[in-house]
Amino acid sequence: MRAFITVIGDDKIGIIHGVTSVLKKNRVNILDIHQTLLQEYFAMMMLVDLKEMPIGFQELKDDLVEVGKELGVSIKLQHEDIFKAMHTI
Amino acid sequence: MINFQNIMETINMIEKEKLDIRTITMGISLLDCCDSSGKKARTKIYDKITKYAENLVKVGEDIEMEYGIPIINKRISVTPMALIAQASDDKNYVEFAKTLDKAASAVGVNFIGGFSALVEKGYSKGDKILIESIPEALAVTEKVCSSVNVGSSKSGINMNAVDDMGRVIKETAYLTRDADSIGCAKLVVFANAVQDNPFMAGAFHGVGEGEAFINVGVSGPGVVKAALETIKGANFDTVAETIKKTAFKITRAGQLVANEAARRLGIPFGIVDLSLAPTPAVGDSVARILEEMGLEVCGTHGTTAALALLNDAVKKGGIMASSHVGGLSGAFVPVSEDEGMIAAVKAGALSLDKLEAMTCVCSVGLDMIAVPGDTPASTLSAIIADEAAIGIINNKTTGVRIIPVHGKTVGEEAEFGGLLGTAPIMPVNKFSSADFISRGGRIPAPVHSFKN
Repeated sequence: MRAFITVIGDDKIGIIHGVTSVLKKNRVNILDIHQTLLQEYFAMMMLVDLKEMPIGFQELKDDLVEVGKELGVSIKLQHEDIFKAMHTI
Repeated sequence: MINFQNIMETINMIEKEKLDIRTITMGISLLDCCDSSGKKARTKIYDKITKYAENLVKVGEDIEMEYGIPIINKRISVTPMALIAQASDDKNYVEFAKTLDKAASAVGVNFIGGFSALVEKGYSKGDKILIESIPEALAVTEKVCSSVNVGSSKSGINMNAVDDMGRVIKETAYLTRDADSIGCAKLVVFANAVQDNPFMAGAFHGVGEGEAFINVGVSGPGVVKAALETIKGANFDTVAETIKKTAFKITRAGQLVANEAARRLGIPFGIVDLSLAPTPAVGDSVARILEEMGLEVCGTHGTTAALALLNDAVKKGGIMASSHVGGLSGAFVPVSEDEGMIAAVKAGALSLDKLEAMTCVCSVGLDMIAVPGDTPASTLSAIIADEAAIGIINNKTTGVRIIPVHGKTVGEEAEFGGLLGTAPIMPVNKFSSADFISRGGRIPAPVHSFKN
């Protein structure tokens, strides 16, 4: 299964490191990554592959939300099909 | 590859513009639950519903978690109960309603629809018993929704049923008087009722449907309004195009959820209902879309045209996004469930007469309208007759969900809570329709229904 992770919040040092540490720990592979600043906000999306992940979707989501709280950013994990369905014909 | 803007657009729609899937509704046929013993029939009904829908709520929650899109309601619709119960000798069907309520509670859904009768041409034995059981059934149950189809383009209007339903609504209002007559909020009187509607209170599983289906109702008035905010002052060609594109995206999300729910539950996908269903929350209103088009307050002159454009564009955008479209599909205008409609009524801009005109071009009818508790039954029947006439002449579904709030009058409000919202009590015409309604009989089918 592939999913998108989106991270939005105030820019600071260590956001990517914080997120990727969770991914590495849970054997989640990053397929694509895109990061920008929207006004003063840090915004990042990652396309990730979950097929080798030993834990469930909800657990990864909880882990990401937890690290998001530590970093003071909002982190979401969503199945890629929701975006494909809405934005491709 | 999905680009960054697309991702942010979807997240914004969900977070800020209240995009959600309004309901996953499992339609279940109860045709094989008929029994000459009412008690045995009810056991079969309970067992079947709880078996088929055992995992409905869990699957809905799992999909919500994985896709990150809220799924507000999980519901069940069943075969019109009059058809099932009349195999028994029971003289009252309230026990059947209690069984539905118990089954709904057991599987954790918030509403179950199908305490219904289809009487557009006349009553069979069980239809009459069911209709007489409605007031008590809605008073003693919490989750059961009821509907009665009193007319169709093919058969005209059953005016005896229209007469009866005015009284049934009054009685339901009286029996649920302690809760602002909330029983009436769970009762719809239809013309041209659809068999695969996932929305309550009018959902039932039609006799032409399969054993079971997954039907999904989408929502998203806030998304459409936000899209129109980006094209302020543009002409109607642009307005229609913008709504179509937005409806396409909303419906695709509904189709995805429907496919996924059907796969996980092992039950075939039925339809997606392309509806803009409002809630009382700010930012989730159909009225505010019409106002965004340039009307000072919903209900003023131009409202019917604005709603016609909206309804048509939603369908055009949604149809291509779904493999099977059905249900009511269009824009809903339930007064108590729409923050902008409530405000428009309070401002004196939106009247019952204007709402009736709006129902000629929207997807349903007079929905969630509170009227004074002393409104005569014959006036309620006449309101139903008017709506049914609009439906059968225009080959569209119309419904009436009207609440004569016991003990209250114009200037007061009925408070239903939750998705059912708050309804300012609206005045009705004070002149009598009693002699018109008491004629009975049938209004014949319109000439243009004879297409064979």
